[in-house]
Amino acid sequence: MSSKKNARLEELKGRVPEVTPEEALALVEKGAILVDVREPDEVAQGSPEGALRIVRGFLELRIEEAVEDTDATVLTLCAGGVRSLFAADDLLRLGFTDVRSIVGGFGGWKADGLPFEVPQVLNDEQRERYGRHLLMPEIGEEGQMKLQDSKVLLLGAGGLGSPAALYLAAAGVGTLGIVDDDVVDRSNLQRQILHTDRRVGDPKVESARDTLNALNPAVKIVTYQVRLTAENVDEILPGYDVVLDGSDNFPTRYLVNDACVKHGIPNVHGSIFRFEGQVSVFWPGGETADGSAGPCYRCVYPTPPPPELAPSCAEAGVLGVLPGLVGTLEALETIKLLLGLKRSLVGRLLAFDALEVRFDEFELVRNPDCPACGDGVTIEEYTSYEESCGI
Amino acid sequence: MTQATIRIPTPLRTFTNGASQLQVEASTVREALQAAGAEHEELLARILDDAGELRTFVNLFVGSKNISQLEGLDTPVAKDDVLSILPAVAGGIR
Repeated sequence: MSSKKNARLEELKGRVPEVTPEEALALVEKGAILVDVREPDEVAQGSPEGALRIVRGFLELRIEEAVEDTDATVLTLCAGGVRSLFAADDLLRLGFTDVRSIVGGFGGWKADGLPFEVPQVLNDEQRERYGRHLLMPEIGEEGQMKLQDSKVLLLGAGGLGSPAALYLAAAGVGTLGIVDDDVVDRSNLQRQILHTDRRVGDPKVESARDTLNALNPAVKIVTYQVRLTAENVDEILPGYDVVLDGSDNFPTRYLVNDACVKHGIPNVHGSIFRFEGQVSVFWPGGETADGSAGPCYRCVYPTPPPPELAPSCAEAGVLGVLPGLVGTLEALETIKLLLGLKRSLVGRLLAFDALEVRFDEFELVRNPDCPACGDGVTIEEYTSYEESCGI
Repeated sequence: MTQATIRIPTPLRTFTNGASQLQVEASTVREALQAAGAEHEELLARILDDAGELRTFVNLFVGSKNISQLEGLDTPVAKDDVLSILPAVAGGIR
């Protein structure tokens, strides 16, 4: 058997160009792509800086997603320079025209004192848990690590926050902050699926933490059992990558918007009324489909309705599953923002009518004269509004 | 004058006897609203202020375009256009 292997290696060495680690580094500096084809446990010990890491078993399946130009110079690397020969041969057969194998592999790379990094990698438990994400080229290990390093602040652990928090925790978002000053009431359970009958009377943030950690113990849950106010918002928001607004009243909506504008944080917005929901991403720092800056909530709705023109409390019912749908859409948009996936709801509002089962999309445009995100505006202090019915 | 449809969002259906849409004859958005207001006076008060201008917490769209990006209330209405009203909704229901 080994003689056949040796014969094959000889044949490959005669055909596949090889480069030393130093030559490889010089080529990388000129734009060549270094592909580390070793197994994850090997890569975890170290890998050349900036290397593309595709395990050999998936090389042919994934290389084109990462390297579109088949005439690019591609350098393959393994531990000792043998598997990289096979890998290089695979790429040549696939149609890549300039593929070279690195002699001596990562062992040689390190021995020559060339730069490498110890990449963050997922452990076996995480690999199993997030397997269905890892299979998707849009997420993969890199995307999963991004989610793990991300921090999302959920405003409200209620109808919208419940499904959103469950999906974000399940997806492996590393840190979830939850702001809610309320306690679980039995009337919440018709839609607030984070909570259970046994937790009636408990603070919602604690109930939420228990549920989310039961689902995914690795997620760090930061609880804020307070009502968001102009006084505490600047202490709570900074440091979060995305804010997911599941609040239930206009004063908080406007405060969240203005604070997100001030701190440059995307505001994933969801709201519901009876059978209808609205979802959008308010983020002047984000791009709309045509590349222009996105609007904020105030660009669209400069001021809230006065209490006498807002829907009354008596009208404020909601079908329990509707916030499930809208909150899930908010989680979806949040994950897309964290991963940098196009195309987000920046500059678009999605309106859902559950009775007619209609999704309508409306274009939203930034207002250059907006009092929150307009040209030359800086937010010095927050505007307070009288609370109308908290629907 | 042409026939257009006005979609009524749930929070405003109280003022249209529950109707989810109205058919009106109009050539501009303003005329369409006035035609709707002729039958549903309270509806109009939720959309326009006393000066007849659009309230700041309501958006109107012709198709997917905000009339603020078109000609405001004077935006022409073509045959079979759908006019959507989008009021600010606070609800998250906690």
